[in-house]
Amino acid sequence: MAYKMLTKAALVAGLAVSAAFSVSAADKPKLMMGADAAMLANTCAGCHGTGGNSMGPAAPSIAGLSPTYFNETMAGFASGEIPSTIMGRIAKGYTEDEIGAMAKFYSGKKFMKAKQDFDPALADKGAKLHDKYCEKCHADGGQSAEDDAGVLAGQWTPYVNWTLADYKAGDREATKKMKKKLSELLEREGSDGVIALLNFYASQQK
Amino acid sequence: MKITRRGFIQTAGIATAAGMIGAPYIALGASKKVVVVGGGTAGATAAKYIRLADPTADVTLIEANSNYYTCYMSNEVLGGERSMDSIKFGYTGLGKHGVKVVHAKVTGIDAKARVVKTSSGGTYGYDRCIVAPGIDFRWDKIEGYDAKVAETIPHAWKAGSQTATLRKQLEDMKDGGTVVIAAPPNPFRCPPGPYERASQIAMYLKHHKPKSKVMIFDPKPKFSKQGLFTGAWKKMYGYETDNAMIEWHGQQEEAGVVKVNANNNSIVTAFGDEIKADVLNVIPPQKAGAIAFEAGLTNDSGWCPVDLGTFESTIHPNIHVIGDASIATGMPKSGYSGNSQAKVVAAAIVAMMNGHEPGTPSYVNTCYSIAGKDYGFSVAAVYRLAEDRSKITSVSGGLTPGDASPETFKREVLYAHSWFNNITHDIFG
Repeated sequence: MAYKMLTKAALVAGLAVSAAFSVSAADKPKLMMGADAAMLANTCAGCHGTGGNSMGPAAPSIAGLSPTYFNETMAGFASGEIPSTIMGRIAKGYTEDEIGAMAKFYSGKKFMKAKQDFDPALADKGAKLHDKYCEKCHADGGQSAEDDAGVLAGQWTPYVNWTLADYKAGDREATKKMKKKLSELLEREGSDGVIALLNFYASQQK
Repeated sequence: MKITRRGFIQTAGIATAAGMIGAPYIALGASKKVVVVGGGTAGATAAKYIRLADPTADVTLIEANSNYYTCYMSNEVLGGERSMDSIKFGYTGLGKHGVKVVHAKVTGIDAKARVVKTSSGGTYGYDRCIVAPGIDFRWDKIEGYDAKVAETIPHAWKAGSQTATLRKQLEDMKDGGTVVIAAPPNPFRCPPGPYERASQIAMYLKHHKPKSKVMIFDPKPKFSKQGLFTGAWKKMYGYETDNAMIEWHGQQEEAGVVKVNANNNSIVTAFGDEIKADVLNVIPPQKAGAIAFEAGLTNDSGWCPVDLGTFESTIHPNIHVIGDASIATGMPKSGYSGNSQAKVVAAAIVAMMNGHEPGTPSYVNTCYSIAGKDYGFSVAAVYRLAEDRSKITSVSGGLTPGDASPETFKREVLYAHSWFNNITHDIFG
C-alpha cells in the first residue's frame, strides 16, 4: 500500500513540478538546479526549526523521519493528496531528487521531543489506547520512525491533532490498516480517546 | 580586482594552473576572516550559519544595539496580543556558536583595504564582509516629518521603543478616535506589514474602543495579500460598510501622504486633503540602511545591487549585501527572505574561503499575516536563480486561498506563531 501510494503520488508530484517549470521556461530564463542537500534543507528551518526540530507550538519537527515517510509526505503535499495549509504550495517547488536529498538530510538529524503541557492521568489512559490501536505500526510508544511510520511521541500536539482530524474527516487518506484502527478507536472511545492519545504523545519528553 | 562568480568559472582553470595567483578567495590556508555589519535577521543568520558550516572561520558581528526587536510580530504587540519582551532577542546565542559579537556603531568600510571601522575606534580587517543594515527612511519625502517628529508620531517600522510608544498611544486613545496609517510606496520592508498592522489595531479597537476606526492612506494602486486582507476585513471589521473599522484610501498615487502637521496631528495627502488623527502612524518611504550609503554600496535607487547568487556587491568586491538593503530581484523584503539569503551567502562564502566554487543557491520565503482572532494567512515561494543570474525566480508558491475554510485560517495562526518561534531561534538561538 505504501509503495502504491508513493508511486501514484510521486507521479502526480512529478507532473506538478514539471508543469511549474515548463510555465517558467516559457516566460522566464533557464534556472540553476542541483543545489546540495544542506542548501535545500536549511531553507526549511524558518518554519520547522534548525536541523528540523521545531520550537512549536504547532509546526511539526521533521528531524529523524524516515526518508520514505518524508518523500511520500512531500509527494502527497505536491499532488494535493495530503491536505495542508502551506506545504502544498511549497512542495511543488522541488524535484523528486531534491526531495530525496532533503529526506536524507533530515533522516540523519536526531528528533528532539517537544516540551509541552499534558495531563498525566489522560496520558496513562492514552498509553493503553496506543498499545491497543497504534503500537503495531508506530512502534516504541510512537517514537519509532521505522517501518516508515510518522513519529508521534514528542511531536507537537496541534499538528498530531489536526492530522488525525484530517484522517477522520476523510480529507487525508489513511492506509487500510490505519483506517480500520482509527475507526475502531473512535467507535469505542470517541474523541476522548483521541485526546488521551494526544496527551500520551505529549507526555513523552525524554 | 573584481571577481564575479561568472568570472570565477571562466578563470578558475587558469588560476589553478598558475598556482592560484591573483584570486584572493582561493588562497588556501589563508585566514578566513568574516566581518558581519548588522545583527538583524539577515546579519545574525549569516554569522551563525558560517560558523555552523565552517568552525574554523573567524566571524565577528558588529551591531550597535545590545538587543534586537523583530519587526515581524510587532504588530501583535500593537494589537495587545503579545509583549515587547517576546520580540526582544540578545546575542548570547551567537556567542555560543563562536561568533565574536561587538557592540559598536560601524562608521565606515574601506573596501580597498578591507577594513571595517567603528565609532569606538575599532578596526576590523576582513577577507569577506557581509553588510546587513536593514532599512533607513527617506525623511525628505514627507514634509514636516523627520527623526525627531517620529519620536512622538512613530513610524514603528523598526521595532523597539517606537512600537511601545505607538501601543501606548492606542491604549490612551478615546473610544471613537481615528487611527491614521500612512503607508509607504514600493519597495519597502515587509509588504503586507501596514495592512496586518491595520488589522491588529482594528482587532484591539473592536474589543476595547468599538466606535473607533483605522484609516490607511496609500500611494500604491494595490497591496500585498490584498484579497485576503479585504476578505478578512469584510468578515471581521465591516469593511466597505457604513460601520467600517478599516478604510483603505489608495488606488491613486495622490492618496499617499506628503505632509505631516505635527502641531495638530494631521496628515495631508497629495490630493490636498487634510485628515486629523487621534493616533498617527507614518511609515515613510525607505532606502538601504545608512552604512550602505557610507560604504558606497548603493546605486541610484537607494538600494544595493548584488550578484543574486552570492550577494556580492556589484560595486565593491568582497563585500556582500543581504536582507532588506539588497536588491534581491524577485524576492520581497521580508524576514524570511533575509534569513534565506543569509544561508545562501554563508554557503557561498564558506565555499570560496575554502577554495571551492560557490554552490547552486536555493531560496525560500514564507510570510504569515494575522488579521484577527483565529485568522491567519500566508504567502510562500520557493526560488531558484536564473542561469543568466538576472532574477531570483519563483518556481512554486502562492497565497492561502481566499475561500479557505475557517479551520485553515485558524491553523495558519498557530503556524505563524511556530514560524516566529522557529525563525528567531534559527537566527539568534
